[in-house]
Amino acid sequence: MKFDIYDFSVLTKSIHESLNSMMGETAVMISEMVIVGIIFLTLFAVLGLILVYVERKICAFFQQRLGPMRVGFWGTAQTLADLIKLLLKEPLITKNADKFLFNLAPFVLIIASFMAMAAIPFAKGLHAFDIDIGVFYITAISSIGVVGVLLAGWASNNKYSLIGAMRSGAQIISYELSVGLSLLTIIVLTGSLQFSEIIESQREGWWIFRGHIPALIAFIIFLIASTAETNRGPFDLAEAESELTAGFHTEYSGMKFAFFFLAEFINMFIVAAIGATVFLGGWMPLHFGALESFNAIMDFIPPIFWFFGKTAFIIFLMMWFKWTFPRLRIDQLLTLEWKYLLPINLINILVMAFFVLMGWYF
Amino acid sequence: MSTEVVNEIKEQEYFINMGPQHPSTHGVLRLLLSLDGEIIKNVEPHLGYIHRSIEKMCEKDTYKMIVHLTDRMDYLSCHMNNEAVCLAVEKGIELEVSDRVKVIRTIMSELTRLSSHQLWWGVMGMDLGAITSFLYGFRDREMIIDIFEETCGARLTMNYNVPGGVMFDIPNNFQKRVKEFIIYFKKKLPEYDDLLSNNVIFKARTEGVGILSKEDAISYGVTGPSGRASGFSCDIRKQHPYSAYDRVDFKEILYSEGDCFARYKARIDEMWESMFIIEQLIDNIPEGSARETTRAVIKLPKGEFYQKVETARGEFGVYIISDGKKSPYRLKFRSPGFSTLNALNTMAKGSKIADLVAIMSTIDLVIPDIDR
Amino acid sequence: MIKSIIKYIKEVLGGLKSLLKGMRVTGYYISHPKEIITQQYPENKDTLKMFDRFRGEVILLHDENNEHRCTGCTACEVACPNGSIEIISERVLNPETGKKKKEIDKFIYHLSMCTMCNLCIESCPTDAIKMGRNFEHAVFDRSLLTSVLNRPGSKLAPGVED
Repeated sequence: MKFDIYDFSVLTKSIHESLNSMMGETAVMISEMVIVGIIFLTLFAVLGLILVYVERKICAFFQQRLGPMRVGFWGTAQTLADLIKLLLKEPLITKNADKFLFNLAPFVLIIASFMAMAAIPFAKGLHAFDIDIGVFYITAISSIGVVGVLLAGWASNNKYSLIGAMRSGAQIISYELSVGLSLLTIIVLTGSLQFSEIIESQREGWWIFRGHIPALIAFIIFLIASTAETNRGPFDLAEAESELTAGFHTEYSGMKFAFFFLAEFINMFIVAAIGATVFLGGWMPLHFGALESFNAIMDFIPPIFWFFGKTAFIIFLMMWFKWTFPRLRIDQLLTLEWKYLLPINLINILVMAFFVLMGWYF
Repeated sequence: MSTEVVNEIKEQEYFINMGPQHPSTHGVLRLLLSLDGEIIKNVEPHLGYIHRSIEKMCEKDTYKMIVHLTDRMDYLSCHMNNEAVCLAVEKGIELEVSDRVKVIRTIMSELTRLSSHQLWWGVMGMDLGAITSFLYGFRDREMIIDIFEETCGARLTMNYNVPGGVMFDIPNNFQKRVKEFIIYFKKKLPEYDDLLSNNVIFKARTEGVGILSKEDAISYGVTGPSGRASGFSCDIRKQHPYSAYDRVDFKEILYSEGDCFARYKARIDEMWESMFIIEQLIDNIPEGSARETTRAVIKLPKGEFYQKVETARGEFGVYIISDGKKSPYRLKFRSPGFSTLNALNTMAKGSKIADLVAIMSTIDLVIPDIDR
Repeated sequence: MIKSIIKYIKEVLGGLKSLLKGMRVTGYYISHPKEIITQQYPENKDTLKMFDRFRGEVILLHDENNEHRCTGCTACEVACPNGSIEIISERVLNPETGKKKKEIDKFIYHLSMCTMCNLCIESCPTDAIKMGRNFEHAVFDRSLLTSVLNRPGSKLAPGVED
């Protein structure tokens, strides 16, 4: 049985053609950009709201609590209520803050995560920006976010913020390496940096299974490094509320604080989506070589659910880390990267390259 | 920038005010840190934000009233504080309480120690970033607090001891509930080890951090689990037994490392010992009156009376100077937290900000105890 | 050299194992939602029962005839460490015996100053006051925390002073 997944490019093409018949070329381009922008903005906001709620609920269940229960059914409208509260809050700026940079910082952070989101393939053909160096693009864009954190820490003119921002800078510069190298381990297998091709190459099975041991090691390293890159616990040194009160966003309030908060969750979604795409086959359903009927059942689940399911799984893992482990100290954080993750990663790439040469993968 | 300006900036110290409002100072302690990057050069505690002049208030109160003020000092070991005052007053009026009272007081003290250490464990995890441990610590503490609530009528400031005994006799299902708790907590305590003690991150954060030598511990008067982790044998329960501690068998926990992990382990081991003490006593509470009758207004004879007890934080002393009236002429509390805080600079010098947080949570500060 | 490599690998694996152990603990609780211990407070009001000895506030006991047992001896006022009890009494002429007798006019209780130490209840010779189990004391105005405990028109129960 040949499996056929609905290609969203059919839909997008038809929209493109109907727009073309209505107006000129420039107008089509502008209106398509606006449509995509609006869709992504909505997705951004909805994802943020859902992730904040899910985080609070999951954290609560880890801690034998119930979490938000009052607003809406099982507290589902809680984040919406919080959003309204944050919108109505007075935006405070400290007297000696660098006002321009202070206001700019949250936008730098949020634009960086917004741009990274463009390269994520949600389903077949549902892809805003299928650039041929997709992995490279995302690793490059996601490190712009740290500029926002550094700006926030510097412009707040608060000593805690500055320490937090400096920590964050050191952290992201080092962990960027591990994220890149662990993704590279899989690129050795795929031979392409384009996300759609990476997914296409996993038609026979996900890389985490086909690449077995080196892929698994790369996945674990990716999980650790991406948790660190998004500044989440146990690597939340930039915030470290028991040491630096709130780190780089100590002085922020209202909507600007909400931007930092939102960016953290969207970044988490982005790295989880990349992990799901590269290691777990993106929107590809779960297939086992010979089990035809099993594969057919799996094909019934639409690819977009596969994508979000896998992303949710990785997000859950990251939340599990956060709500279990104590925070590392800054020197231990760097030790972990330079003495453990990086050498293991380099050896792992060599092993993977050797395996590929010998054809020792499924 | 010219080199002189750069040098001048380099010579300036980078100060940070940690507190009075800070998540990890557990109250209104203000620490003035001078930093070199992230490395701490000096820690200077500033006190006085929660000073309520309890010692002065005691000078106008009768001896019965003083007891309830000691609840408000080290609120996590309020029962032991109450006991110290009552023992000192009983010494003064030469009253021997019944065996039943002694055993009840010992059980309640050990339960208080357990609850205090549970809360400390939770907060310790939270200070190091493992927020989940906070909730688990509180979950287990809740069971003890419920026992207290049923027995004493209050959850935190219990005011259960009175000169001459305890305020109420224990309720009927007290023994049953305590035994249930012991069974429950023996299952939960290994979970603490899985979650924090054996965790590689936790070990890296605490081992070899904030070392306090035995000599320093003795010269600063660091007592309790913090002192014993440095090898300073200072358990009042062993050395000057009071209440029923002379009839129970327990180990004095001693470690020699003196670092954060040793202080952590000392407290975890103390929890096991506390449960062991309670197990020995809970089935043999002797019959007798739970309260000896005293005069409505107790008057101590002229003289000086001192009683020390082992609270969850160390040696707590009550020193009463009486001039024969109904209230003391002068009353001095020796609180363990104050002495321990003095050693903070010795422990924290040269370590990082994150280490300071670990050190502060392992010495288990309760600010109202430091700042009476 | 080989030894140090083995040590390195052991370190990494041992660290991972300890982390997984921790995750097992939290994983157990997320997979067992029945172990949730928090209570939904205002909703569980009907089933929430405080212990008999719970000290929430001082109450002056009244029986069905609107009679209390307070003679106005001020023993509680003296025993209170914080001055949260004030008793205003007056001498009332008893029409039957023709003698003047002390009776409480107002039993004023300052909840804002009370530390629930139970010393007043201990000192009361006639068991007139008791610790109530109500704990919902939050109000919007501090003056509301001061209350007069004896109900209007209440009298001393007969036989208390004998």
